[in-house]
Amino acid sequence: MAEIVLDKVTKRYPDGAIAASEVDINIADGEFIILVGPSGCGKSTTLNMIAGLEDITSGELRIDGARMNERAPKDRDIAMVFQSYALYPHMSVRENMAFPLRLAKVPDATVKQKVDEAAKVLDLTQHLDRKPSNLSGGQRQRVAMGRAIVRSPKAFLMDEPLSNLDAKLRVQMRTSVSKLQKQLGTTTVYVTHDQTEAMTLGDRVVVLRGGFVQQIGSPQFLYEQPANLFVAGFIGSPSMNFFPATLAENKLASSLGEIALTDRLRRVLEGGKAQRDVIVGVRPEHFEDAALLDEATKATGVTFQAQVDVLESMGSDKYAYFTVEGKQAESSELAELAVDAGASDVPESGSQVVTRLSAASAAQEGAACDIWFDPDKVLLFDPSSGANLTYTG
Amino acid sequence: MAMIGVATTRRKIQWSFLDLLVVVYALVPVLWIVSLSFKSKETLNDGNFIPREWSIQNYVDIFQTNEFVRALFNSIGIALISTFIAVVIGTMAAYAIARLDFPGKRVLIGVSLLVAMFPQVSLVSPLFEIERALGLFDTWPGLILPYVTFGLPLAIYTLSAFFKEIPWELEKAAKMDGATPAQAFRKVIAPLAAPGVFTTAILVFILTWNDFLFAISLTSTEASRTVPAALSFFTGASQFEDPKGTISAAAVVITIPIILFVLFFQRRIVAGLTSGAVKG
Repeated sequence: MAEIVLDKVTKRYPDGAIAASEVDINIADGEFIILVGPSGCGKSTTLNMIAGLEDITSGELRIDGARMNERAPKDRDIAMVFQSYALYPHMSVRENMAFPLRLAKVPDATVKQKVDEAAKVLDLTQHLDRKPSNLSGGQRQRVAMGRAIVRSPKAFLMDEPLSNLDAKLRVQMRTSVSKLQKQLGTTTVYVTHDQTEAMTLGDRVVVLRGGFVQQIGSPQFLYEQPANLFVAGFIGSPSMNFFPATLAENKLASSLGEIALTDRLRRVLEGGKAQRDVIVGVRPEHFEDAALLDEATKATGVTFQAQVDVLESMGSDKYAYFTVEGKQAESSELAELAVDAGASDVPESGSQVVTRLSAASAAQEGAACDIWFDPDKVLLFDPSSGANLTYTG
Repeated sequence: MAMIGVATTRRKIQWSFLDLLVVVYALVPVLWIVSLSFKSKETLNDGNFIPREWSIQNYVDIFQTNEFVRALFNSIGIALISTFIAVVIGTMAAYAIARLDFPGKRVLIGVSLLVAMFPQVSLVSPLFEIERALGLFDTWPGLILPYVTFGLPLAIYTLSAFFKEIPWELEKAAKMDGATPAQAFRKVIAPLAAPGVFTTAILVFILTWNDFLFAISLTSTEASRTVPAALSFFTGASQFEDPKGTISAAAVVITIPIILFVLFFQRRIVAGLTSGAVKG
């Protein structure tokens, strides 16, 4: 049980590369916090600095108020679960889990009791005498968790612990990690590049980009009030749609048609008198098949017509993909997200729009469809700074 | 199916024949020596591959001469000590090379490679002079020193390859579990590196055990003469006696420790010991 404070923690490598820049995070006792971001954003470096596996260049790390910068990992009383699990291959499951206790010179009887307890929690009892090489991926992952929980450390650090599991097992383990953390109530810092894990697991999520903290907040808050284009594009799956638009005379001229400013938008844009370029962001679920709406609702929003390129029926919803003619929204942040998603290699003309329609929609692949969206749910971003102009948090 | 069956049988026969050829080529001289060593003095030169008269007289003879027994003792002692020193220093050096980034790392690797490639024969005369001046000539340390020098590059190269195979994260995990660097090395890295250490030990032992050049040049008496050197001094009981039989017997005897050494350590070389450490 501990409170972890990162106070302007910076990591600069000898070659001048900065992996983490003035990271400020206050992690409350018992909190489950997620560090998320694309590869190379400094999330693992930050975790390693908390662990003591990497030196802190400047700034201060405090656990329960005590400065930790100079302490060796073993003196910080925190346990870590590695992406590769890092089980000791020459030891049985029992010996693996007992290892931290043995190093701490815990009496044999207590070691046995604690290992048995942890094995029971993790459903490993019948595997205690096997070697890691004879275990499945999921079992190895649980042994790695077991090794972390046996000695009841002040905090758990987890470095993408689920990324080596197959999709189904990952979802299953995600719930058990969450349950386990609630049950033990131990402060946990969890690193992942998967925004779904970040959304579902954490009490709070820290989004990192290029060593800088972009935003810290609850998953729901990040989803509804992203501080900038990067967070908006990173959080949410399928991700938010972005279009360039020009603001003039109380209207937004975009490739989806003219959007009349609602009171909310007018307020944040200070009346919206001055002409300026913005980027409009719309979540897929804020679109709807216009044919399913009554006239009154339809009148409150914007309707445009487009041809459905691809239609994915998920049973509960339908995902319809359109290509909207016109320029693509351009910003360094969106470019980085595209690279991370591997989308930059796909040549595209116009911008792709993903919409989530009701299962009742009659949209057909290759056919034109009237799509409606709610302008009140729209987010506006500054194209140069990437800041969310509609941010009210 | 039948066609494939025929083809594989044919291939099997072809390969068996080739394998047999290689084995025969490699083993005939060894068997010839074994055969010679079991021949009695009278039938020594009869040219038969299988001795007509089996005799262990040659073995009895060599163990009765102080010359051979003392040389065998020297050989075992010098080879074991050299191997031990080379492996201990080599383990530490290889660990540093595989894991750490320290100034002069490239130089160290380069120098050890240079030592390994250096023609030993060009070192014999200077070593002879140096050891005479230092009083190391014809002593155990006088041989152990060059053996360690030439064993080390071999040890460092083999071991650093093994250390590089051990996942770095295991050490980090040990640190997080509360181990000091020494404990992490002793309890996690060393057990995993053991197969590599044993392999290296075998290689260095064979290198020192088989050396003839230094053994003949840097020794002059029984005090430190090893078996390969002692063999060349074997003579018969009289000037007219052929020492071929006793030399063969001695040659057979000195292969035995190597075979034992390899068999003993081979059991510990478990391939794929690190499997299961990471991923799945």
